[in-house]
Amino acid sequence: MWKQLRDAARRAKRNPLTATGMSLVTLFLLIAILAPWIAPYPRDTLAVHPDEVFSPPSMKNWFGTDELGRDIFSRVVFGTRISLRIGTIVVVLALAIGIPLGLIAGTFGGLLDEILMRVTDMFLSFPPLLLAMAISATLGASLENAMIAIAIAWWPWYARLIRSEALSIRERDYVEAARAAGATWGRLLFRHVLPNSLGPVIVQASMDFGSVILTSASLSFLGLGAQPPTPEWGLMINIGRHYFLTHWWIITFPGLAILITVLSFNITGDGLQEILDPKAKRG
Amino acid sequence: MLSYIVRRLLIGVLSLFGASVIAFTLTRIIPSDPADMWMGPRATVEQIERAHVELGLDKPIPVQYGIYMSKFLRGDWGISVVTKQPVLRDLAGYLPASIELIVFGMLVGFAVGIPLGILSAAKPGRWVDHTSRVFAITGVALPSFWLAMLLQLVLGKELSLFPLIGRVDLLVEIMNPIRRITGLYVFDSLITGNFAALKDALWHIVLPGLTLAMYPLGLATRMVRTSMLEVLREDYIRTARASGVREAKVLTVYALRNALGPVLTVAALTFGYSLVSTFLIESLFAWPGLGRYAAKAIVSVDYPAIMGVTLLVAAFYVILNLGVDLIQAVMDPRIRWS
Repeated sequence: MWKQLRDAARRAKRNPLTATGMSLVTLFLLIAILAPWIAPYPRDTLAVHPDEVFSPPSMKNWFGTDELGRDIFSRVVFGTRISLRIGTIVVVLALAIGIPLGLIAGTFGGLLDEILMRVTDMFLSFPPLLLAMAISATLGASLENAMIAIAIAWWPWYARLIRSEALSIRERDYVEAARAAGATWGRLLFRHVLPNSLGPVIVQASMDFGSVILTSASLSFLGLGAQPPTPEWGLMINIGRHYFLTHWWIITFPGLAILITVLSFNITGDGLQEILDPKAKRG
Repeated sequence: MLSYIVRRLLIGVLSLFGASVIAFTLTRIIPSDPADMWMGPRATVEQIERAHVELGLDKPIPVQYGIYMSKFLRGDWGISVVTKQPVLRDLAGYLPASIELIVFGMLVGFAVGIPLGILSAAKPGRWVDHTSRVFAITGVALPSFWLAMLLQLVLGKELSLFPLIGRVDLLVEIMNPIRRITGLYVFDSLITGNFAALKDALWHIVLPGLTLAMYPLGLATRMVRTSMLEVLREDYIRTARASGVREAKVLTVYALRNALGPVLTVAALTFGYSLVSTFLIESLFAWPGLGRYAAKAIVSVDYPAIMGVTLLVAAFYVILNLGVDLIQAVMDPRIRWS
């Protein structure tokens, strides 16, 4: 285990792209945690300054101010918190649905497996963003509903992944031995199959952070996700669409924040996969 | 072969059925009572009860689904709350504009992405490779709606190279009316020899088209690179190189042909993805397509329209995936037997 980790670290060092991605992810996490201390005007998530609307970027307001005179830099900084929260909640929610279902399907097989897999087929016949849009449009526009909607669109991937892991693990000798020794189903599931099939799912889930953040920003842009005055990046761009042709900074910085965040999670995910599975093709 | 096709077709039908079940379930979890919405705010209790019977809401859920689907299959997709038109007619009217945009975006994306992928695979680990990989990853991570605005800002407003919005200039269209054949302006004006309109339509499609091109571009670069690297390791490539075939020919003729399979899958995937992307960008460009219609439906909570769009896109998605699987099965015998 220790040796594996050391090897992984060495490979990460050799790949500058992955190292960059990882540092950016760390930076993102730091900004999210330290947001109230980094943001120069932490109260600008809510406050309104009618006499300072649309100031271009300056030493006072690095990213300029928006249509209500709020400091865009501060809002972008606080946006990291919201994105982190969205990413975490959605992924955890999707895992909470996907893991038990996939585990049961893979371990017990039979009719149950067949039914569960057909259900995932149904969900996978939609592009995820479309399904998330349709669900959050029916549930009503709010950030909570958007997160639920994305999780509903996402869980089938995890269910499938963990099912295929469970399928291969239940054939292993040690599971066979445990079963022969009279282990109960519960013990088999929780002591043997679950811990050994979790790895790839966790890697996949951490890779999905980027896509989840992009999806939720897209929903907010459509007016389905976060509602004003939340400093959510997609929403900031949605509101900025009315002003951006004359005040470029309004949309430019929130968009950059989305791009860099999604990019760094994706690069890290790519790298992680390569590092943890050196046999996989470098793609 | 036949059994594979039959099985794949069955799965396709099943997926479509599944998509319709989910869409139907969505219409039934609406927080408000559909009968209320149907009758309006001033309806009496008796009227709402009558509406329940009229709309079939008193019947068991599976029966309701049956009624919904039989109407759906007969082309009755309900009436849009916003446009007061049958949803199906709306969709048919708006779809061509989106198709035109998506096809343009995909053509540009593949025209740039495939060569980039080849270059990248030809010199793995070199700066060409690193640059094109960053490009590829960026293409997939870009929020399309943001890119759209940046393009409008820079290429449209600052440099005045392309029009900011619209599909064709009103004046140009009045002077040179486009005869509607397919509904794709570029195509229609081309085959009718209407070059003034063609030029103008092409002019208008550049910004939204480039926006949509980024995703296929990134994905194609990535897929071509991966599968080229794989093919380049094969023995027949070494043989070709050893017998003195020029490297350019090895790459573009010998390797590329066998590396293009995955690109087909990407094409189908991107089509579905781009269709959903139009929801985000068409209203920015005032592009009169499916996406703008859908975005409007979402904002105004127009359920029949939302359901219609959802099912239409899901159908596209399922059918394209099915098509790709079948084509690949015909092209590559290994798939059929596994």
